[in-house]
Amino acid sequence: MMWPALLVAAATCYAIKLAGLSLPQRLLQDPRLQRTVPLLPVALLAALIATQTFATGGRLVLDVRAAALAVAAVAVLLRAPFLVVVAAGAATAALLRLF
Amino acid sequence: MFTGASQFAFVSVIASGGSPWAGAATAALLGTRNALYGLRLGALLEVAGWRRAGAAQLVIDESTAMAIARDQPADSRLAFWATGLAVFGLWNLGTLIGALATHALPDPKVLGFDAAPPAAFLALLAPRLRAREPVAIALAAALVALVCLPFVPAGVPLLIVAVLVVLFGLRPQ
Repeated sequence: MMWPALLVAAATCYAIKLAGLSLPQRLLQDPRLQRTVPLLPVALLAALIATQTFATGGRLVLDVRAAALAVAAVAVLLRAPFLVVVAAGAATAALLRLF
Repeated sequence: MFTGASQFAFVSVIASGGSPWAGAATAALLGTRNALYGLRLGALLEVAGWRRAGAAQLVIDESTAMAIARDQPADSRLAFWATGLAVFGLWNLGTLIGALATHALPDPKVLGFDAAPPAAFLALLAPRLRAREPVAIALAAALVALVCLPFVPAGVPLLIVAVLVVLFGLRPQ
């Protein structure tokens, strides 16, 4: 089911963009929409970070990925560019696994 | 699919053992913000027909940010198309190189590649945390996802978080 799901996801992501360009502007005035839509990426990205860092399969674990996330957070606070943040996280995990 | 966070999320859900459909749902939910971007860009771009169909694919964080930061509509249009096309070309070139080069790499864990997605998601999340409410939402979402995780199939914690945050956003004031 990989390819059907991928194609549906790609078509949906495109349709969402086209809908935005096509829908009447007055939708922008709806305060509930204005509030809710920006919260979705915040919540989903935070949930992705948590599940990708503190879990393996269906179990909660604490390993070098937590340290990698902390180093990436420092890089973000130092306003490092995107690729530097990603590289800092990966390098931390790789180095800690050497020991 | 050309919207980075959704693409990463789709791959992440599947890599952690989730169903492709859970990945698709997460990708679509992350893409909903592009509809708001489109609404804002609609008045600036004044596109119709096949130009609108092409412009739609280029509606992403970067092209929207560059377009709405200009004072003149003509500058906005130039910024949108230039940014959108440049990112589209380079992004897909990078994706292609990654797909072709993957066989040349050893175990991804040795290079710490399993720690790269959370770092990337953090870099995408950080600019959205400039007020107290989004910080609180992010922490709550992370907690809810981890609490659900042992009890539901992979990928489903994200969908639970999405439902809860929509209910929170739409709650009566």
